[in-house]
Amino acid sequence: MPAYLDHAASTPMRPEAIEAMLPWLRDHHANPSGAHRPARQARRAVDEARDDVAEALGADPGEIVFTGGGTEADNLAVLGGHDRRGGMLVASAIEHPAVLEPVRSRAGRIVGVDAQGLIDLDALDTALDPEVTLVSVMLANNEVGTVQPLDEVADHVRRLAPAATLHTDAVQAMGWLDVVAASAPADLVSISAHKVGGPKGMGALAVRRGTPLAPRQLGGGQERDRRGGTLDVAGIVALATALRLTVEHRTATVARVGVLRDRLATGLLAAVPDAIETAAPDGDRSRLTAGICHLCIPGIESEALLFLLEQGEVYASAGSSCASGAMEPSPVLAAMGVRRELAFGSLRLSLGWCSTADDVDRALEVIPPAVARLRRFARRPAVAAATASPA
Amino acid sequence: MRVLVAMSGGVDSSVAAALLVEAGHDVTGVTMKLWGGDSDTGCCSVADVDDARRAAQQLDVDHLVFNFGDDFLTYVVDPYVAAHVDGRTPNPCIECNRHLKFDRLLERADALGFDAIATGHHARIVVGPDGSPRLARGADAAKDQSYVLYVVPPADLARVRLPVGEMTKAEVRAEAARLGLRTAAKPDSQDVCFITSTGGRRAFLGDRIGLHPGRVVDVGGHDRGPIDGIELVTVGQRKGLGLSGTGEPHYAVAVDVAAGVVTVGDAADLMSDAVTLTDLVWAGPPPTGEALAQCSAHGTPRRAGVVPGPSIGGLPATIDLQWLDGPQRRVAPGQSVVLYHGDQVLGGGLAA
Repeated sequence: MPAYLDHAASTPMRPEAIEAMLPWLRDHHANPSGAHRPARQARRAVDEARDDVAEALGADPGEIVFTGGGTEADNLAVLGGHDRRGGMLVASAIEHPAVLEPVRSRAGRIVGVDAQGLIDLDALDTALDPEVTLVSVMLANNEVGTVQPLDEVADHVRRLAPAATLHTDAVQAMGWLDVVAASAPADLVSISAHKVGGPKGMGALAVRRGTPLAPRQLGGGQERDRRGGTLDVAGIVALATALRLTVEHRTATVARVGVLRDRLATGLLAAVPDAIETAAPDGDRSRLTAGICHLCIPGIESEALLFLLEQGEVYASAGSSCASGAMEPSPVLAAMGVRRELAFGSLRLSLGWCSTADDVDRALEVIPPAVARLRRFARRPAVAAATASPA
Repeated sequence: MRVLVAMSGGVDSSVAAALLVEAGHDVTGVTMKLWGGDSDTGCCSVADVDDARRAAQQLDVDHLVFNFGDDFLTYVVDPYVAAHVDGRTPNPCIECNRHLKFDRLLERADALGFDAIATGHHARIVVGPDGSPRLARGADAAKDQSYVLYVVPPADLARVRLPVGEMTKAEVRAEAARLGLRTAAKPDSQDVCFITSTGGRRAFLGDRIGLHPGRVVDVGGHDRGPIDGIELVTVGQRKGLGLSGTGEPHYAVAVDVAAGVVTVGDAADLMSDAVTLTDLVWAGPPPTGEALAQCSAHGTPRRAGVVPGPSIGGLPATIDLQWLDGPQRRVAPGQSVVLYHGDQVLGGGLAA
């Protein structure tokens, strides 16, 4: 069986989510904004889904805005607020590009992180002042899995930038953290369906009542004038279904997958000489989400490694792909102070709701010899282990 | 045989991949991402990678993208810039072939378990006099690229395939059209991929090194005026010397960046009886006696007598080429001169 270890990129859909969306693709076609009975049926499905999504996020149904994915939710949160009242935007350096690029486009401030990817609270203080209108700090990082101390971030923001709203990108946290509790201090929370067993192209933004937000997409006034466009009924019910199941099983999934991840990480560290667990160099994984094993492997290049893993039917990822598909060293790793040569040897193995012990077994069987082979064929000297740890 | 085909998104490499597929090989296409900056040709652009990927899809073969951008800077762009600082005229395409398209790609191909790599170059690999593979001119004389490949070591050629080298460009396009490849009508790439036509070398080098003013002096020692950006002047250059409309044509015959002097002369002053080559590479034993020497990518080969200089470790460190059919235009320092015997590449070096 192939080992799919790229859940942080996209998860397999939950069968229940597929079932939930099928009638809305196959049998029902009315626009939920319409005035007739079939339209009202669709509207009811959307309303009920909205209740589920709101519950999963600890929000009121009226605070949920459905979007075409996590990127749109992040853009709406960051730019929608800025469009309404301007001011200075602040984000951590390891945010997803869906946050970083909007913040950069408004000449915002970027706050550094430490070697484990945790936001530097002193640097945050420096970036905060009364002009700041929005601070965006993700709950859990998509590459290395670091969980940010959002409560502490919120304290600093309330104290030094009292006018600012707090946005958190919870896209990678939804499967692993009690997001209701963890995102409680946030005014804006982004999620994505396909990271939790839902379909691609579906997301949501929870907007706490009273949060200044201008729509980014103008149209027919849907979503209480916060996001124009015909509602994607099938996607919305599938998102709700996936979220409901994710929350229902989350504690068990975290426990089960956490054990798998630990076995994977520990096994690889033992079998791959000089490999470094990027965000837990001392082996303490308490600040990481349960599904991510991120390694930096000196003396190899990720794009070559991924090819050999694919030959062994292990599907993983590394770095970040540019538009051409070329692998670039990750800006997240750069922000954490990982040297560029070492970042070229990064490997992200991400488990999810349906990962199995077989996946881990296969990865442990395929990865060490693949690394050994690449090191054997490398014409340039391998990066010495002594100098390879993140600076 | 498992073959990794370098696919640029152009018609030659698309057809190269197609021919290998038709020959029954297990083919994987790869596009090397080399340059991330501005480019006219869009080389390495998303559009080119798209073309390569779509051509691979048409052939039903896998397509990968390798990011060799750091190596490209180290082995091609940085030396290109450094050569201009010294007043030399480098050939970055040759260095790219040497370090990226062959050495680096072969390293990767070996590590990934491929038996050979292939490219869309118009050149052939033949059996040399000693039985080992040798580079030879492609079947299409007008498109021959053996000049830019002379630096590929013979030992590596055993694992290189150049499928379109036996075809003319017209045949390549016809084959692409026959196969319905979407790259069939794509124009040929031109010039140095990382230099744009709008900014040219001046903008590229000006951003990276300070361009310095100099003086133009004729061969008689008379000052002929100032010049802006002496690093941009190439031996043999006629335009851009600030001397247009001053009588007979003047050419740059020597560039001394350190002294800040460009020496100009007339057409006769540009001619030379000989050229010295350094940084030599050989396909086999260094030639003695006579060879054909080609001084630019599409230059006319000229007969030359080969006179070895002092040896280091049994091989000459330099050679002098003495033109046998009368004086030839001076070769700009840093340019490659490639030696042939018939169609076969014997080796070459850089003009001193």
